[in-house]
Amino acid sequence: MPVTAVNRDPDALTMTITAELDASADRVWELWSDPRQLERWWGPPSHPATFVDHDLSPGGRTTYFMTGPEGEKFHGRWRVEDVEPPNQLRFADADTDDEGKPNDGGPAEMTVTIAEVDGTTTMSIESRFPDREALERAIEMRMEEGMTEALGQIDGLLAGAGG
Amino acid sequence: MPLLLTYNQMVVSKSPSRDDEKAADLLFGALADPTRRDIFRRAHEGRFSVSALAREYPISVAAVQKHVAVLERAELVSKHRVGRESIVRAESDALARAHAALDRLEAVWRDRVGRMDQILETDKGDS
Repeated sequence: MPVTAVNRDPDALTMTITAELDASADRVWELWSDPRQLERWWGPPSHPATFVDHDLSPGGRTTYFMTGPEGEKFHGRWRVEDVEPPNQLRFADADTDDEGKPNDGGPAEMTVTIAEVDGTTTMSIESRFPDREALERAIEMRMEEGMTEALGQIDGLLAGAGG
Repeated sequence: MPLLLTYNQMVVSKSPSRDDEKAADLLFGALADPTRRDIFRRAHEGRFSVSALAREYPISVAAVQKHVAVLERAELVSKHRVGRESIVRAESDALARAHAALDRLEAVWRDRVGRMDQILETDKGDS
Protein backbone atom coordinates (compact mmCIF):
# COMPACT_ATOMS: atom_id res chain seq x y z
CA MET A 1 0.00 0.00 0.00
CA PRO A 2 1.67 3.21 -1.15
CA VAL A 3 -0.44 5.47 1.11
CA THR A 4 1.38 5.94 4.40
CA ALA A 5 -0.69 8.67 6.05
CA VAL A 6 -3.87 10.67 5.68
CA ASN A 7 -4.30 13.79 7.77
CA ARG A 8 -7.69 15.47 7.83
CA ASP A 9 -8.83 18.62 9.50
CA PRO A 10 -12.60 19.10 9.15
CA ASP A 11 -12.39 22.59 10.67
CA ALA A 12 -9.73 23.83 8.27
CA LEU A 13 -11.32 21.77 5.43
CA THR A 14 -7.95 20.32 4.65
CA MET A 15 -6.81 16.83 3.77
CA THR A 16 -3.25 15.68 3.19
CA ILE A 17 -2.47 12.27 1.76
CA THR A 18 1.10 10.99 1.89
CA ALA A 19 2.42 8.08 -0.14
CA GLU A 20 5.72 6.30 -0.63
CA LEU A 21 6.44 5.40 -4.21
CA ASP A 22 9.13 3.10 -5.53
CA ALA A 23 10.46 5.51 -8.16
CA SER A 24 12.65 8.58 -8.47
CA ALA A 25 11.30 12.09 -7.85
CA ASP A 26 11.79 12.84 -11.56
CA ARG A 27 9.65 9.84 -12.50
CA VAL A 28 6.90 10.81 -10.03
CA TRP A 29 7.00 14.38 -11.34
CA GLU A 30 6.24 13.07 -14.84
CA LEU A 31 2.94 11.69 -13.56
CA TRP A 32 1.96 15.34 -12.98
CA SER A 33 3.81 17.11 -15.78
CA ASP A 34 2.99 14.82 -18.73
CA PRO A 35 -0.70 15.23 -19.58
CA ARG A 36 -0.88 11.75 -21.16
CA GLN A 37 0.32 10.19 -17.89
CA LEU A 38 -1.93 12.47 -15.84
CA GLU A 39 -4.88 11.18 -17.84
CA ARG A 40 -4.07 7.64 -16.74
CA TRP A 41 -4.72 8.38 -13.08
CA TRP A 42 -6.69 11.62 -12.60
CA GLY A 43 -10.08 10.21 -13.50
CA PRO A 44 -11.43 6.79 -12.48
CA PRO A 45 -12.15 4.22 -15.22
CA SER A 46 -15.81 5.28 -15.37
CA HIS A 47 -14.83 8.94 -15.92
CA PRO A 48 -11.56 9.14 -17.86
CA ALA A 49 -9.91 12.57 -17.91
CA THR A 50 -8.77 14.44 -20.99
CA PHE A 51 -6.27 17.27 -20.48
CA VAL A 52 -6.76 19.86 -23.20
CA ASP A 53 -4.16 22.41 -22.11
CA HIS A 54 -1.44 21.66 -19.63
CA ASP A 55 0.98 24.47 -18.88
CA LEU A 56 2.92 23.85 -15.69
CA SER A 57 4.64 27.20 -15.44
CA PRO A 58 3.84 29.86 -12.84
CA GLY A 59 0.58 31.52 -13.87
CA GLY A 60 0.00 28.72 -16.38
CA ARG A 61 -3.37 27.11 -17.03
CA THR A 62 -4.50 23.57 -17.33
CA THR A 63 -7.93 22.70 -18.63
CA TYR A 64 -9.42 19.25 -18.52
CA PHE A 65 -12.67 17.40 -18.65
CA MET A 66 -13.83 14.04 -17.48
CA THR A 67 -16.30 12.04 -19.52
CA GLY A 68 -18.95 9.96 -17.78
CA PRO A 69 -20.51 6.70 -19.03
CA GLU A 70 -23.44 8.59 -20.58
CA GLY A 71 -21.09 10.95 -22.38
CA GLU A 72 -21.65 13.72 -19.82
CA LYS A 73 -18.71 16.03 -19.33
CA PHE A 74 -17.30 17.50 -16.13
CA HIS A 75 -14.94 20.39 -16.73
CA GLY A 76 -12.13 21.61 -14.53
CA ARG A 77 -9.26 24.02 -14.57
CA TRP A 78 -5.97 24.50 -12.75
CA ARG A 79 -4.25 27.81 -12.22
CA VAL A 80 -0.57 27.09 -11.53
CA GLU A 81 0.81 29.17 -8.69
CA ASP A 82 4.21 27.73 -7.95
CA VAL A 83 6.26 25.09 -9.67
CA GLU A 84 9.69 23.74 -8.72
CA PRO A 85 10.34 20.53 -10.69
CA PRO A 86 10.54 17.85 -9.48
CA ASN A 87 9.78 18.79 -5.86
CA GLN A 88 6.86 21.16 -5.60
CA LEU A 89 3.69 22.10 -7.42
CA ARG A 90 1.00 24.43 -6.16
CA PHE A 91 -2.19 25.07 -8.09
CA ALA A 92 -5.81 26.05 -7.63
CA ASP A 93 -8.19 23.40 -8.96
CA ALA A 94 -11.67 24.65 -9.84
CA ASP A 95 -14.54 22.88 -11.51
CA THR A 96 -16.06 24.97 -14.28
CA ASP A 97 -19.02 24.99 -16.62
CA ASP A 98 -18.43 23.94 -20.20
CA GLU A 99 -17.42 27.49 -21.10
CA GLY A 100 -14.66 27.45 -18.52
CA LYS A 101 -16.42 29.67 -16.00
CA PRO A 102 -15.85 28.50 -12.40
CA ASN A 103 -18.86 27.01 -10.66
CA ASP A 104 -19.94 28.18 -7.21
CA GLY A 105 -17.56 27.54 -4.38
CA GLY A 106 -13.96 28.64 -4.60
CA PRO A 107 -11.15 26.50 -6.00
CA ALA A 108 -9.29 23.90 -3.98
CA GLU A 109 -5.74 24.97 -3.17
CA MET A 110 -3.54 22.01 -4.00
CA THR A 111 0.05 21.59 -2.83
CA VAL A 112 2.07 18.64 -4.09
CA THR A 113 5.42 17.94 -2.44
CA ILE A 114 7.78 15.32 -3.83
CA ALA A 115 11.00 14.29 -2.06
CA GLU A 116 13.34 11.43 -2.95
CA VAL A 117 15.59 9.66 -0.47
CA ASP A 118 17.67 6.69 -1.65
CA GLY A 119 15.45 5.92 -4.62
CA THR A 120 12.19 6.02 -2.67
CA THR A 121 9.99 9.03 -3.18
CA THR A 122 7.60 10.48 -0.66
CA MET A 123 4.77 12.42 -2.24
CA SER A 124 2.28 14.42 -0.23
CA ILE A 125 -0.77 16.10 -1.66
CA GLU A 126 -2.63 18.70 0.36
CA SER A 127 -6.13 19.79 -0.66
CA ARG A 128 -7.41 22.91 1.07
CA PHE A 129 -10.93 24.23 0.53
CA PRO A 130 -12.04 27.82 1.20
CA ASP A 131 -15.44 26.76 2.52
CA ARG A 132 -17.64 23.72 2.92
CA GLU A 133 -19.58 24.53 -0.23
CA ALA A 134 -16.39 24.25 -2.26
CA LEU A 135 -15.52 20.95 -0.63
CA GLU A 136 -19.00 19.53 -1.19
CA ARG A 137 -19.06 20.68 -4.81
CA ALA A 138 -15.68 19.14 -5.47
CA ILE A 139 -16.79 15.75 -4.27
CA GLU A 140 -20.29 16.04 -5.74
CA MET A 141 -19.11 15.18 -9.23
CA ARG A 142 -16.75 12.55 -7.90
CA MET A 143 -19.74 10.90 -6.21
CA GLU A 144 -20.97 9.87 -9.62
CA GLU A 145 -17.69 8.35 -10.58
CA GLY A 146 -18.29 5.03 -8.89
CA MET A 147 -15.26 4.44 -6.73
CA THR A 148 -15.24 0.69 -7.08
CA GLU A 149 -14.64 0.92 -10.81
CA ALA A 150 -11.16 2.17 -10.01
CA LEU A 151 -10.33 -1.44 -9.23
CA GLY A 152 -11.14 -2.34 -12.82
CA GLN A 153 -8.60 0.20 -14.09
CA ILE A 154 -5.92 -1.14 -11.79
CA ASP A 155 -6.63 -4.63 -13.09
CA GLY A 156 -6.28 -3.27 -16.60
CA LEU A 157 -2.92 -1.74 -15.80
CA LEU A 158 -1.76 -4.98 -14.22
CA ALA A 159 -2.84 -6.90 -17.30
CA GLY A 160 -0.90 -4.40 -19.40
CA ALA A 161 2.18 -5.01 -17.29
CA GLY A 162 1.91 -8.76 -17.78
CA GLY A 163 1.39 -8.59 -21.54
CA MET B 1 -34.23 24.30 20.59
CA PRO B 2 -34.16 22.99 17.02
CA LEU B 3 -30.82 21.28 17.53
CA LEU B 4 -32.21 19.11 20.28
CA LEU B 5 -35.22 18.22 18.16
CA THR B 6 -32.89 17.05 15.41
CA TYR B 7 -31.11 14.86 17.85
CA ASN B 8 -34.32 13.45 19.25
CA GLN B 9 -35.51 12.59 15.75
CA MET B 10 -32.25 10.84 15.06
CA VAL B 11 -32.72 8.74 18.16
CA VAL B 12 -36.39 7.87 17.68
CA SER B 13 -36.41 7.44 13.90
CA LYS B 14 -34.27 4.34 13.98
CA SER B 15 -35.72 1.11 15.21
CA PRO B 16 -34.39 1.05 18.75
CA SER B 17 -31.51 -1.37 19.00
CA ARG B 18 -29.50 -1.85 22.15
CA ASP B 19 -26.94 0.68 20.89
CA ASP B 20 -29.65 3.23 20.18
CA GLU B 21 -31.07 2.76 23.66
CA LYS B 22 -27.63 3.29 25.11
CA ALA B 23 -27.10 6.40 22.97
CA ALA B 24 -30.47 7.76 24.11
CA ASP B 25 -29.59 7.14 27.74
CA LEU B 26 -26.30 8.99 27.31
CA LEU B 27 -28.01 11.83 25.47
CA PHE B 28 -30.86 12.40 27.89
CA GLY B 29 -28.60 11.80 30.88
CA ALA B 30 -26.16 14.41 29.55
CA LEU B 31 -28.93 16.97 29.08
CA ALA B 32 -30.67 16.27 32.39
CA ASP B 33 -28.32 18.64 34.20
CA PRO B 34 -28.80 22.45 33.91
CA THR B 35 -25.05 23.20 33.94
CA ARG B 36 -24.46 20.70 31.15
CA ARG B 37 -27.35 22.14 29.14
CA ASP B 38 -25.73 25.54 29.52
CA ILE B 39 -22.31 24.23 28.45
CA PHE B 40 -23.89 22.56 25.43
CA ARG B 41 -25.70 25.82 24.49
CA ARG B 42 -22.44 27.79 24.78
CA ALA B 43 -20.63 25.23 22.65
CA HIS B 44 -23.17 25.87 19.90
CA GLU B 45 -22.53 29.59 20.12
CA GLY B 46 -18.81 29.09 19.61
CA ARG B 47 -15.86 27.17 20.89
CA PHE B 48 -14.42 27.97 24.31
CA SER B 49 -11.73 26.73 26.63
CA VAL B 50 -12.45 24.67 29.73
CA SER B 51 -10.59 27.15 31.94
CA ALA B 52 -12.60 30.08 30.55
CA LEU B 53 -15.76 28.10 31.20
CA ALA B 54 -14.74 27.37 34.78
CA ARG B 55 -14.54 31.11 35.44
CA GLU B 56 -18.21 31.43 34.42
CA TYR B 57 -19.47 28.94 36.96
CA PRO B 58 -19.06 28.71 40.73
CA ILE B 59 -17.44 25.29 40.30
CA SER B 60 -13.90 23.98 39.87
CA VAL B 61 -12.11 23.31 36.59
CA ALA B 62 -12.22 19.61 37.49
CA ALA B 63 -16.01 19.77 37.85
CA VAL B 64 -16.33 21.48 34.46
CA GLN B 65 -14.06 18.79 32.96
CA LYS B 66 -16.44 16.16 34.34
CA HIS B 67 -19.49 17.82 32.81
CA VAL B 68 -17.69 18.16 29.47
CA ALA B 69 -16.74 14.47 29.60
CA VAL B 70 -20.42 13.52 30.02
CA LEU B 71 -21.35 15.66 27.01
CA GLU B 72 -18.49 14.13 25.04
CA ARG B 73 -19.69 10.59 25.73
CA ALA B 74 -23.12 11.62 24.43
CA GLU B 75 -21.32 12.97 21.32
CA LEU B 76 -22.79 16.42 21.86
CA VAL B 77 -19.43 18.17 22.12
CA SER B 78 -15.84 17.32 21.35
CA LYS B 79 -12.71 18.44 23.13
CA HIS B 80 -9.41 19.34 21.51
CA ARG B 81 -6.11 20.41 22.92
CA VAL B 82 -4.72 23.68 21.57
CA GLY B 83 -1.45 24.53 23.30
CA ARG B 84 -2.15 24.29 27.01
CA GLU B 85 -5.89 24.87 26.61
CA SER B 86 -8.67 22.32 26.30
CA ILE B 87 -11.07 23.65 23.68
CA VAL B 88 -14.69 22.50 23.68
CA ARG B 89 -16.93 22.74 20.66
CA ALA B 90 -20.28 21.41 19.51
CA GLU B 91 -20.40 18.32 17.34
CA SER B 92 -22.74 20.04 14.95
CA ASP B 93 -24.22 18.98 11.64
CA ALA B 94 -21.73 21.23 9.86
CA LEU B 95 -18.84 19.29 11.26
CA ALA B 96 -20.50 15.98 10.48
CA ARG B 97 -20.99 17.09 6.88
CA ALA B 98 -17.37 18.20 6.61
CA HIS B 99 -16.34 14.78 7.94
CA ALA B 100 -18.51 13.00 5.36
CA ALA B 101 -17.16 15.15 2.52
CA LEU B 102 -13.57 14.52 3.63
CA ASP B 103 -14.33 10.77 3.72
CA ARG B 104 -15.22 10.87 0.05
CA LEU B 105 -12.32 13.15 -0.82
CA GLU B 106 -9.98 10.74 0.91
CA ALA B 107 -11.41 7.86 -1.14
CA VAL B 108 -10.89 9.85 -4.37
CA TRP B 109 -7.23 10.49 -3.54
CA ARG B 110 -6.56 6.97 -2.28
CA ASP B 111 -7.83 5.73 -5.65
CA ARG B 112 -5.68 8.24 -7.51
CA VAL B 113 -2.53 7.40 -5.58
CA GLY B 114 -3.28 3.71 -6.14
CA ARG B 115 -3.45 4.32 -9.89
CA MET B 116 -0.23 6.37 -9.82
CA ASP B 117 1.51 3.52 -8.03
CA GLN B 118 0.23 1.04 -10.60
CA ILE B 119 1.50 3.19 -13.48
CA LEU B 120 4.96 3.31 -11.90
CA GLU B 121 4.92 -0.46 -11.37
CA THR B 122 3.73 -1.09 -14.92
CA ASP B 123 6.45 1.08 -16.43
CA LYS B 124 9.08 -0.70 -14.41
CA GLY B 125 7.84 -4.01 -15.84
CA ASP B 126 8.17 -2.58 -19.35
CA SER B 127 11.73 -1.35 -19.00
